[in-house]
Amino acid sequence: MIKGRTSRLLVLAAIWAALIAAPYWMPLFGGYTALGSRVLVLALGAMSVNFLLGFTGTLSFGHAAWFGLGAYGAGFCLKWFALSSPLGLLAGTLLGGIAGTLLGALLVRRRGVYFAMVTIAFGQVFYYIAFQWSSVTGGDDGLRGFSRQPLHLGFTMIDLLNNADAFYYFVLVCFAAAVGLMGFILRSPFGRTMIAIRENERRARFLGIPVELHIWIAFSLSCFFMAFAGALYAELNNFADPRVLHYALSGDFVIMAVMGGMRTFWGPLLGAIVFVVLQDYLSSVTVNWMSFIGILIVLIVLFFPRGILGLIRQRSAA
Amino acid sequence: MSQLILFNITNGLIVGAFYALMAIGLSLILNLSGVINFAHGGFLVIGGYLSYTLTPYLGFWGALIVAPFLTAIIGWLVERLLIRRVYGRDPLYSLLLTFGLAFIIEDGTRQIWGAQGLPVSVPAALSKPLSYEFFFITGYRLFMVAMVAVLIVLLFVLLRYTRSGIRVRAGTLDLETVSALGINVRALRSLNFSVGIFLAGFAGVLAAGQLGLDPNMGDGLLMPSFIAIIVGGVGSLTGTLLGGLLIGVAAGVTAVFFPSASDAIMYVMMAIVLLVRPRGLLGEEGMLS
Repeated sequence: MIKGRTSRLLVLAAIWAALIAAPYWMPLFGGYTALGSRVLVLALGAMSVNFLLGFTGTLSFGHAAWFGLGAYGAGFCLKWFALSSPLGLLAGTLLGGIAGTLLGALLVRRRGVYFAMVTIAFGQVFYYIAFQWSSVTGGDDGLRGFSRQPLHLGFTMIDLLNNADAFYYFVLVCFAAAVGLMGFILRSPFGRTMIAIRENERRARFLGIPVELHIWIAFSLSCFFMAFAGALYAELNNFADPRVLHYALSGDFVIMAVMGGMRTFWGPLLGAIVFVVLQDYLSSVTVNWMSFIGILIVLIVLFFPRGILGLIRQRSAA
Repeated sequence: MSQLILFNITNGLIVGAFYALMAIGLSLILNLSGVINFAHGGFLVIGGYLSYTLTPYLGFWGALIVAPFLTAIIGWLVERLLIRRVYGRDPLYSLLLTFGLAFIIEDGTRQIWGAQGLPVSVPAALSKPLSYEFFFITGYRLFMVAMVAVLIVLLFVLLRYTRSGIRVRAGTLDLETVSALGINVRALRSLNFSVGIFLAGFAGVLAAGQLGLDPNMGDGLLMPSFIAIIVGGVGSLTGTLLGGLLIGVAAGVTAVFFPSASDAIMYVMMAIVLLVRPRGLLGEEGMLS
């Protein structure tokens, strides 16, 4: 038992050490700091999807909607209301999170395949709105004309805009805060209840757990995390376009979670690293990168449904 | 004004019939196999492009018949090789699998036929307006609706009166019992999947004549099909048909008064259905949930 605990702490320390040192070791492998920030942001998105998928067993295939709303929220705030990166994040998180919570009340009425289908369809609403309402959202061209702002901490000022490393650490701090909160929730009695629902919904119901309410709350929390990631994404690119709302991105998040290993906490991070780096590499060497990603998805579904971490666990258990 | 409304209702019915054709194919597969086929739009595109390639050899009418059959054969192969392996697993996997397939199909189409859209011509007999007062009712539009109606009636007749059709309907309700009665469920699902893909291919050929061809065209047509199924209710093909027509007409009528909201109205209808009658208009309680 003690051994398991130390090894877990060692793994955790290794993960954080690797993330903190990333701007120094990534260039050795041909990476660049902005790619690192992108991986972290998308990993946070994949972990938010997995918060729902891996720990309550509820598949939302429309989570890009909340991600995208977060991105647009941050963009609107920076463009029109307040020139402040943290306020942009807050605005995005609130916009996506609240929209998700409200619609979630409607969505949790359905389960299983039905739930997945309804989430896809509702997610697309925001895509069409962003696409059509061009006077506000910039339509197909996307929302432009805003940028992240330097961070004023009272005693010092951090230039997030021009210093890529500084922005990476800003993202890392946000990532750590969100992931820490996620881990805290999963450890709480509420988190245990989520897992109980995943394992045996009928039994959970018999024990008097209000299943729909729990799923709704879990869904809403996941939307807030997702919107937070989306807001970071807008500040990363200084740009938001309707594609951040499209269900294709929702699918990417799900595949990151599955590839890394859903039902594991850190799996989606691993999945996001592999997926984003691969996508970045493939799209630079071939115009047919979509086929390769498609084939990768098919292969994962057929041969590695437990994902990378799931496979490692299975090996070490055997 | 009244002519405009009439135009939009007619248009809505035509578009709705088209959604219904696609949605019924999706619905068939979903009901029997529990698979949401994300690649359905991809198969539609394949059907459209195949007819484009075949038209110089077989003419419009020949391609109209042959292209959907070829699409169905591709669908059959895909089912045998890939989709079959995820039956009975968490719906997550079938969603992801067909999601990946949609990527491959879109990219493949672009590779073979080019990223540029292609214009498609229809026989002159079909393209001229039927009357000058109702200029909008071209022969091709009427032809589309007629073809959709023929196909759907044919499908319903097959489902009601043939042995395989009855088995498909029985399997929708209780696949385990159907299997226990000694029916080859694997073959049944294969056949059913191919029929669904045939309908997608046919929809693709019809759409090509109206909209032209473009590797992304399946994407925009997939969401309305999902909504048609949800509004009509999972488990009921009649519901899906009704759902498709309803959202088509609603979008058409909205286009008269508030054009930019004509896409959004479908989603509003879906929200209302989920709020008032979560199982859908004609859906069975507890299906697939």
